[in-house]
Amino acid sequence: MEEKTIAGAGKPAEDNAEDNITSKKLLNQLMKEHYSQARTAKAQGRTVVWATSIIPQEILEAMDLTVVYPENHAAAVGARKDAPGFIRRAEQSGYSTDICSYARVNLAYAELPHSEAENIPAPDLIFCGSNICCTVIKWYENLARKFRIPMILMDAPCSTAYYVEQENVTYIRRQIEDAIRQLETVTGRKMDRERLLEVMRISNENAMWWKKATDLLAHRPAPACGFDMFNYMAPIVCLRGKKEGTRLFRLWYDELLAKIGRGEGPWQDQPERYRVLWDGIACWPYLSDTYKILKRCGINVVTSTYPESWTLLYEPGDLDGMARAYGSLYVLRSLNYAVDRLSNLASDFAVDGAIFHSNRSCKGMDFKQYEIARRLRDKYSIPSVFFDGDQTDPNAFSLAQYETRVQALLETMENRREQSRKQSREQSRKGAGTK
Amino acid sequence: MFLGVDIGSSSSKAALIDKNGGLIGSQVINQGTGTDAARDIAAILLAAAGVKRQEILYSVVTGYGRMIYRDADAQVTEISCHGLGVARTLPAVRTIIDIGGQDAKVIRLDGEGRVVNFGMNEKCAAGTGRFLEVMARVLGREITALSALAAQSTRPVQISSVCTVFAESEVISQLAAGAAPADVARGAHLSVAARVAGMCGRTGVAPQVAMTGGVALNRDLVDAMAIELGVGIQVPPAPQIMGALGAAYYAQAKYARRPA
Ligand code: SF4
Repeated sequence: MEEKTIAGAGKPAEDNAEDNITSKKLLNQLMKEHYSQARTAKAQGRTVVWATSIIPQEILEAMDLTVVYPENHAAAVGARKDAPGFIRRAEQSGYSTDICSYARVNLAYAELPHSEAENIPAPDLIFCGSNICCTVIKWYENLARKFRIPMILMDAPCSTAYYVEQENVTYIRRQIEDAIRQLETVTGRKMDRERLLEVMRISNENAMWWKKATDLLAHRPAPACGFDMFNYMAPIVCLRGKKEGTRLFRLWYDELLAKIGRGEGPWQDQPERYRVLWDGIACWPYLSDTYKILKRCGINVVTSTYPESWTLLYEPGDLDGMARAYGSLYVLRSLNYAVDRLSNLASDFAVDGAIFHSNRSCKGMDFKQYEIARRLRDKYSIPSVFFDGDQTDPNAFSLAQYETRVQALLETMENRREQSRKQSREQSRKGAGTK
Repeated sequence: MFLGVDIGSSSSKAALIDKNGGLIGSQVINQGTGTDAARDIAAILLAAAGVKRQEILYSVVTGYGRMIYRDADAQVTEISCHGLGVARTLPAVRTIIDIGGQDAKVIRLDGEGRVVNFGMNEKCAAGTGRFLEVMARVLGREITALSALAAQSTRPVQISSVCTVFAESEVISQLAAGAAPADVARGAHLSVAARVAGMCGRTGVAPQVAMTGGVALNRDLVDAMAIELGVGIQVPPAPQIMGALGAAYYAQAKYARRPA
């Protein structure tokens, strides 16, 4: 297989000040480049890897391999409402409607490789991590079989523990070491350990800027709408190990900070009235509808459990720490951990309520939702609402039902606010009376 | 006077109250959003009550069709409207089960009639009025006849499909195999009750419990629901108009709070 390196796209991180590009423009430009460079690499005979979304991409990047992420691509297809044709095709091939729709879209895309949304080149190697779910194992195995290419699997045990046990960390670390050996065999090259260390540094820096930027939404009013976070997810998935990513997330962070400095909220034409947490993947085919209804109610999504999964931090060079980061995703941990995690986000970001996207595709992320919502309500007095949808299949969603539920949440939050105002007025009246 | 309009998926309702909150009149037409009835329900009620449009100080629309209804001053969701309608009618109620044409909801109220929590059915029609309509059609009866029919049941059939479409074919084959229509009707009620009880489990049930919506007129279903939940269930007079009545109360409150 090929040995050439793929030059990092975009400009170095230092030159932000030189041009006045906005992070949004840069985001679009970088994502376009990400996909077009992958196609060029394929055309030039270089190795293309299809990888799951939260994988130690560090080792792929350090080996100078071209990586594309089928889940990210499927999300782009879903956002363009281009999924139904692929879904139908996958179901005709025998895949059940109950399988994650990212899998159905991608498995059909492997057969009919064209979408109006974006296009990815066929893979030469599969790198799959079961740390996000078990669906990906069979999905990627089938891809490997279809394309007759090798597959590297990083298995991560699902645990019922609050903290990830050391034996699981060791198990994952050994698999990462083994994956490096397999990559060396496949490419016929040795891993450059210096380069790996550098990519680890970049990946941590990107994750840190990603966290710093999204943490700024804790400010009141939040300097952005949380749906922006969904847009910036494409680069945190695809560019986490690249320097252009650092440039992008720093720029976004600077913009948000400047907005805070100017006292600007998420919208120019209306104030942020209520702040909510969004649980689950975005409903990509209806991203703009789901957003507009929230905006009409003055509701801003300020934090979400989903984008936070890419805040993967560890000491560069420490393989054990890296294994721990990749093995500590919330889908792998106990219900108590999930509840604490949501309630911490709720209090750090001062939310008034929560919206749960009951997403038919992603069972691992969703099956704890009802119990989490119940505990949030009973223990922390956070009201919430559920709506049915899917990350790419437009048929699982009803706009009228979504709207009613969001409005009902709004009315509940309004009631609570009125109630607490009344109480504080009464208290201050009582206080004034005793003076 | 204040007007509340509730445009559902399969029926339209309106209620008119005076400035003290006393009910002047109400209307129910079994045609929902998108029909002439939905457009005309308010006019029909006003004509019947001998009230002129100008006498209405404020109006609120609720229900599935509220977004496309043009003649109201404001809109409020059916969750809040059912909550307020019941809270004023039966003040001791803390849990409302409302089964509408295409959704089912459980609403929890606090001591002052405010909504503290609610749950709604998933996207499909299982456990809603639509399910009962389909069952009535298979049985060749009017939906209003289901209750009396089910009351004669001696051995209710078990309907195992949750999906309305599958349940329909399941019931057709049970009838073909000789099941009595009364037992099928009762089976359908038990199936809805079990489904709605599942939702109640998620929100929790606090006494007293009331059922609203047209489905609450089905006595056999209310009994099935009470057995399933193990609590007594009250039905307010005219349970279908609770949403419209609540909307009228909201109209009254919004009028009082309007900017001068
Ligand atoms: S099931 Fe969830 S985690 Fe797994 S591939 Fe689908 S969306 Fe991703």
